[in-house]
Amino acid sequence: MAKGRVFFDQELCKGCGLCVLVCPVQCLALNRKEINSKGYNPAYCKEPEKCIGCANCGVMCPDSVITVERF
Amino acid sequence: MPIVFQKTKGLTDVPTHYCPGCTHGIIHRLVGEVLEELEVLDRTIGVAPVGCSVLAYKYFNCDMHEASHGRAPAVATGIKRVRPENIVFTYQGDGDLASIGTAEIVHAAHRSEGITTIFVNNAIYGMTGGQMAPTSLVGQRTTTSPYGRDPKLVGYPIRIAEMLATIPGASYVERVAVNSPANIRKAKQAIKRAFQTQIDGKGFAIVEVLSTCPTNWGIDPPKALDWLAENMIPYYPLGKFRDPQEEVE
Repeated sequence: MAKGRVFFDQELCKGCGLCVLVCPVQCLALNRKEINSKGYNPAYCKEPEKCIGCANCGVMCPDSVITVERF
Repeated sequence: MPIVFQKTKGLTDVPTHYCPGCTHGIIHRLVGEVLEELEVLDRTIGVAPVGCSVLAYKYFNCDMHEASHGRAPAVATGIKRVRPENIVFTYQGDGDLASIGTAEIVHAAHRSEGITTIFVNNAIYGMTGGQMAPTSLVGQRTTTSPYGRDPKLVGYPIRIAEMLATIPGASYVERVAVNSPANIRKAKQAIKRAFQTQIDGKGFAIVEVLSTCPTNWGIDPPKALDWLAENMIPYYPLGKFRDPQEEVE
């Protein structure tokens, strides 16, 4: 059962992958099937049911593209 | 549902020009969050440097001023002396502060100007294409030291935080890193203390932030965080060198 939810502003994402690296439950990934208008593969929540709403991804994101909600 | 994390009001909506994975963006956000939390955004004046963060004036949601290379502390001194009611900070890289601007920062600290300096140390010149900086590590390969930095030829990397901590006028000196969520949270506390030092009128405050440069280090962003932890932190130890609240001497 998910305890949190993350939103990405995918147009501003540069696909650096730091959020994927620091997620303690590995629920994030880079979307290799999509390319945003900057030309990067944006990050997305691959397994939303795993999210615990810890906000580590948001803290690590250099481009402030992440919003985190906790239930 | 309560939002536990979102973009700070301390930053504008302009997308940054930094490379993917560059931790400048994190440090920008920390400064923005601290200014927002201290409720001083409307009376803060920042001074942007020359280097990768030269366009910082577009990103911070407060009044900003641009300075010539290395001269941000001198410009900030002028602003603070004319407008002492404002919160004045400089945001400088290592090519700016530790190289061409060393005289300015040392004397600003000596005079204990009431400004706050955010010093971003990524051990390389980023904007100009990865040349060796005064802070580049021994053996580090850069475009101007292709065989690695040779201390016999160019000396050892300069430790700015330790150097400034020897100056009585430097009231708050701390070194932090932004290579993990835990360290980022500590970095935010340090930046907050540095601005609080200024608000309390206790003189010059500087926070040295160890940062990454994936592009010019030639590694991907996750590896750059490891490189920082394995190579930079041993030479540039993290910690507080001076704090007016604690008087750690």
